[in-house]
Amino acid sequence: MLEVKDLHAYYGKSHILQGVDLRIDAGEVVSLLGRNGVGRSTTVKAIMGEVPPQGTIRFKGADIAGKPSFQIAQLGLGYVPEHRDIFPGLTVRQNLMLGIKDPRKPGKWRLNDMLDMFPNLAARADTDAGVMSGGEKQMLTMCRTLMGDPELIMIDEPTEGLAPLIVHQVGNLIAEIARRGVAILLVEQKLSIAMRISHRVYVMGHGRIVFEGTPANLTSNDAVRREWLEV
Amino acid sequence: MLELIVISTLNGVLFGMLLFLMASGLTVIFSMLGVLNFAHASFYMLGAFFGFQLSRWFGFWPALLVAPLLAGGLGAAVERFGLRQVHKNGHVAELLFTFGLAFVIEELVQIIWGKSPVDFRIPSVLDFPAFTIFSTNYPAYKMFMLLVSIAIFVGLLLVLKKSRVGLIVQAALTHPHMVGHLGHNVGRIFMLVFGVGTALAAVAGVIAGPALVTQSNMAALLGPILFVVVVVGGLGSLPGAFIGSLLIGLVQTFAVSMNGSLEGAFGPLSPTYAQSWLADIWSVTIAQIAPIMPYMLLVLILIFRPMGLLGTRET
Repeated sequence: MLEVKDLHAYYGKSHILQGVDLRIDAGEVVSLLGRNGVGRSTTVKAIMGEVPPQGTIRFKGADIAGKPSFQIAQLGLGYVPEHRDIFPGLTVRQNLMLGIKDPRKPGKWRLNDMLDMFPNLAARADTDAGVMSGGEKQMLTMCRTLMGDPELIMIDEPTEGLAPLIVHQVGNLIAEIARRGVAILLVEQKLSIAMRISHRVYVMGHGRIVFEGTPANLTSNDAVRREWLEV
Repeated sequence: MLELIVISTLNGVLFGMLLFLMASGLTVIFSMLGVLNFAHASFYMLGAFFGFQLSRWFGFWPALLVAPLLAGGLGAAVERFGLRQVHKNGHVAELLFTFGLAFVIEELVQIIWGKSPVDFRIPSVLDFPAFTIFSTNYPAYKMFMLLVSIAIFVGLLLVLKKSRVGLIVQAALTHPHMVGHLGHNVGRIFMLVFGVGTALAAVAGVIAGPALVTQSNMAALLGPILFVVVVVGGLGSLPGAFIGSLLIGLVQTFAVSMNGSLEGAFGPLSPTYAQSWLADIWSVTIAQIAPIMPYMLLVLILIFRPMGLLGTRET
């Protein structure tokens, strides 16, 4: 479904991505792991065109490298950025409604489903989304992207800065997304959720992929965990 | 005195609402594109001249409809084929582009319509006194201007708060990238906002043209006041632009109708100072300093509250 080959990206003169290769099939849950600063977030930003990419990025067979992000989203690639960019001044309900790409074509995620699944969001549906807690904002941004009915959703650091109880809830939502057949590329630093729900994991180091395998492969590979993941 | 207060309040609110028609577009464009459009008042002028020309050919009412559409279309084209290309070179380039555009529009207007005021008249159907307060006849056309401005203000508010496009615009004001990631064409939204913003300025031009003077320097006269409005209200804040517009409208109208001076309040200067420079300041009336009052307010705001009354940005 998503195929990335020899992806390079630069911030000014810094060569951040130095030939990333990865692949995600339909309905698959894949995690991109690694320490801070190895280029995990830059990889998804480059895929979305937020950082100018060099290399091949194909989604459902179409070349999307460097395309405007709205065209990439229209193809069915959803992106939940690290900073939980909710729209302040708009209500929770309005934020969710803006996730819908075409109001004439309802997708498989409906507003009422979302509000049923998340009583916290339902209780605050008509309040300003800007005043919610970090965990609620994270839920809202993921739900908002789901409203656009993506076939693959890339979620960048969803548990960053969240309390353990909320981390668990976020994990449950990601599992629910996977259960409904949406492919996921999860960018994470914490191994627990990634290892629980992923079919495959990639580990990044120094701007390239240094390991690819199943969670079980990674668990049994002490060398990779020591060199590229443990702090 | 009561008469003065009532008439000045009416005039002040009217001028304020006209300013808001322009300031709303300017401030929304700034929020979204990060660019202070120096040519914004030029679209107000284009509205007035298009309105003048079209009303000669087809009458005032078709002109009121078509002139803003023409100016808005031109505004959208400026965004699409001008600003968007210049954007790659940063904000300074964009600023210089709009600055240059203001001169180009002024020169073109002078080439086509000349430097003298054109004979843009109030439509005869509105050329009568609407009502008489005390001894003053208040023109129906001014009430019409007020009503058009209020109707557009209410319409704008409804579109922004209730429609899907309005919500997308509001979201794009703070997070344009995220709006794009959700599959909305941000470039088209920018163009739409630029087009609507310039069309609103043109509406102000068409309705103000017959009441004020339609001349090639009208953009240069009004532009600076417009910047005062958005800076006082807070750059990027629509409610701020509304308050700023009314405030400047009222300050200017009240100031020009007041003849008070320090001399009037405290009596003549003692003979010792009567021949000094102080005598000039002592006898200056409020009406005489009316034109600089908005700029004095601007300086005070920049010193004490640089982000403006309702703004959130420091810069």
